[in-house]
Amino acid sequence: MSPPTAAPPAPQPDTPSPLARAGSRVASARMPTYAITGLLVVTVAATAMLQSGFFTAYGLSSTFATILPLATIAVAQTIIVLSGGIDLSIGTIVTLSSAVTVVLMEGDNARLPLAIAAGVAAGAACGLVNGLIVAVLRLQPIVATFATSFMFGGAALLVLPSPGGSASPVLTETYRMVLALIIPVPALLLLILWLVWRILRAHRVGQYLYAVGGSAAASYTSAVPVTRVRVLAYTLGGTVAALAGVALLADSGSGDPFIGNELTLGSIAALVIGGTRLRGGAGGAGGAILGAIVLSLIQGLVFFAGIPTDARELVYGGIMIAAIALAGLLTAGGPRQPGRTA
Amino acid sequence: MSAPVTGGPTPVAERPDRGTRARALLRDPVLVSGALAVLLWATAALISPSFASWGQVVTLLTLASFLGVIAIGQTLVIIAGGEGIDLSVGATATLAAIVASRYMDGANDNLPLSVLLALAAAAVVGVINACGVLFFRVPPLVMTLGMIAVVYGFIRLYTGGQPAGSAAPLLRTLINGDTVFGIPGVLWLWLALSVLVIWILRRTSFGWRLYAVGGNATTAYLSGVNPVAVKFSAYVLSSLFAGIGGLLLLGYSENVFLRLADPYMLPSVAATVIGGTALIGGVGGYLGTIIGAILLTVLDSFLRIVQIGGGEWGDAPRQIIYGAVLVVVLSAYGRQKRLRQ
Repeated sequence: MSPPTAAPPAPQPDTPSPLARAGSRVASARMPTYAITGLLVVTVAATAMLQSGFFTAYGLSSTFATILPLATIAVAQTIIVLSGGIDLSIGTIVTLSSAVTVVLMEGDNARLPLAIAAGVAAGAACGLVNGLIVAVLRLQPIVATFATSFMFGGAALLVLPSPGGSASPVLTETYRMVLALIIPVPALLLLILWLVWRILRAHRVGQYLYAVGGSAAASYTSAVPVTRVRVLAYTLGGTVAALAGVALLADSGSGDPFIGNELTLGSIAALVIGGTRLRGGAGGAGGAILGAIVLSLIQGLVFFAGIPTDARELVYGGIMIAAIALAGLLTAGGPRQPGRTA
Repeated sequence: MSAPVTGGPTPVAERPDRGTRARALLRDPVLVSGALAVLLWATAALISPSFASWGQVVTLLTLASFLGVIAIGQTLVIIAGGEGIDLSVGATATLAAIVASRYMDGANDNLPLSVLLALAAAAVVGVINACGVLFFRVPPLVMTLGMIAVVYGFIRLYTGGQPAGSAAPLLRTLINGDTVFGIPGVLWLWLALSVLVIWILRRTSFGWRLYAVGGNATTAYLSGVNPVAVKFSAYVLSSLFAGIGGLLLLGYSENVFLRLADPYMLPSVAATVIGGTALIGGVGGYLGTIIGAILLTVLDSFLRIVQIGGGEWGDAPRQIIYGAVLVVVLSAYGRQKRLRQ
């Protein structure tokens, strides 16, 4: 029972030669980037053709206004997934924090900073609860966050029993502003989000996220504080999700306690299309942002392509599955192995 | 990634002393969930005596049966491993109910044909899920989440937003009809399906192969099992059982509506996990899922009985408590291993 000589790790089944492994790693690291870039080019081109006025200030502003909330949720989910978890409650966190914000704000500009701070704090608290349950209680993330989604969704209903409330004018007006003739504020915020992610990634905490998601056991033996990193990942994710709630509020102008679950699906779809591995340890928020852009554009395309109303959902769902399958096919990389291990 | 086959805490071989055996019993998910369900039921009965009546117990079990049947497929997929999970069961059940009700149209004439068509539609969903997961290597969670959008999109196109028809009288009698002691037919159906599934899992070669693939797909492959075929059938079976669940719901509620079976999507996973089937695959069984489904239903009814929720607060407090209790139940034994062993 001597701790240093723990059970020897089982030999890796059919390990390819180091050279082949390195080669396939390069290929699999690059392919998602190609895939998402290709998808982005295709969707942007199609949107520009079908949607007249896409490249005007107004067109860009309204496009980015709908992209930002989804992209922010996708980034939040990415942080959690990278650390080896998943958060099915993220949509309800968004809902709760936007509900808290809108109720405290009451359409009053003077209350704006405090209301946003409270909303973000609520999101961080939800993330902390998730993190403690997953990392300290060691429950399986899927079922644990499913359970907490009831708690957060219920809390959102307590705060805001029915859709309503009004955001402060400053918030909604700033969100619709266009700077320097062509740059909408949401696009700028998206850029800031990405830059903050790059800083986080370069920081030790970012490295820890990848390490823990790649192999919790190896991280543990390398003195990475695994439990703390997991709690931190969920807390960060909750905080970023709260920001998405504020963005949603700024976009729609009022709160809605029932939007949660669709947002969860969107966040997971966006990050997978963006090339983040659902098992953790590989990918990044940049891809998730691009994935969110692609998804939003496709949703707009289905609308503008003149598809009958009743068929829109099916077409959108089909395209989304196809995009996910494409990303999955390219991300997997390497030769097929017979019994793919768990 | 050679996932160690964690065979659960059940000690084998050498005879365990009484302490370990008692501890093993305490950690047996089926026992813990069963005890908790009985405890909840007894507490509810103390608060509201009508809860203890035979009729109320039968109602509880009837409500649990829909979740139980839908969770059959979920259990199979999760046992098959490889991060297997089927979140599209709710959408698939709704699809089956909608297709069946349209062809039945309130008459018995087309009953066999409409049941067949409904199950075929469900099977198609399963085949697509399986293809996505096995050939395009989409993670099961994402594939089946995405299929929810596709299936509901199809339902929208198929119905134009307004589901038509209603259940055949014969189906209604079969589900709701009184047999003995006020037990409706659906409970006998659930019992028959349960026996069938438990027999398949424990006594047939398919069941053994399912556990083998879930435990370690590489080992199973090297032992002559075709993991792809096994997982493929698991996904198709999952959709088929979801379809059967949808038909039962149709017979019970007589009419369909969009999102009929939506509330069963994640509870089917929760029931499976509460019943001791591990999400890593290869461990568990359907008996636990039955208990899990009953526990979740009792919990929901309990919170309704004690009048939490309702009134000025609406559903909110009940939701919060439901979530909190779920966390507590799961932490009783659904915990993962410590990093330092």
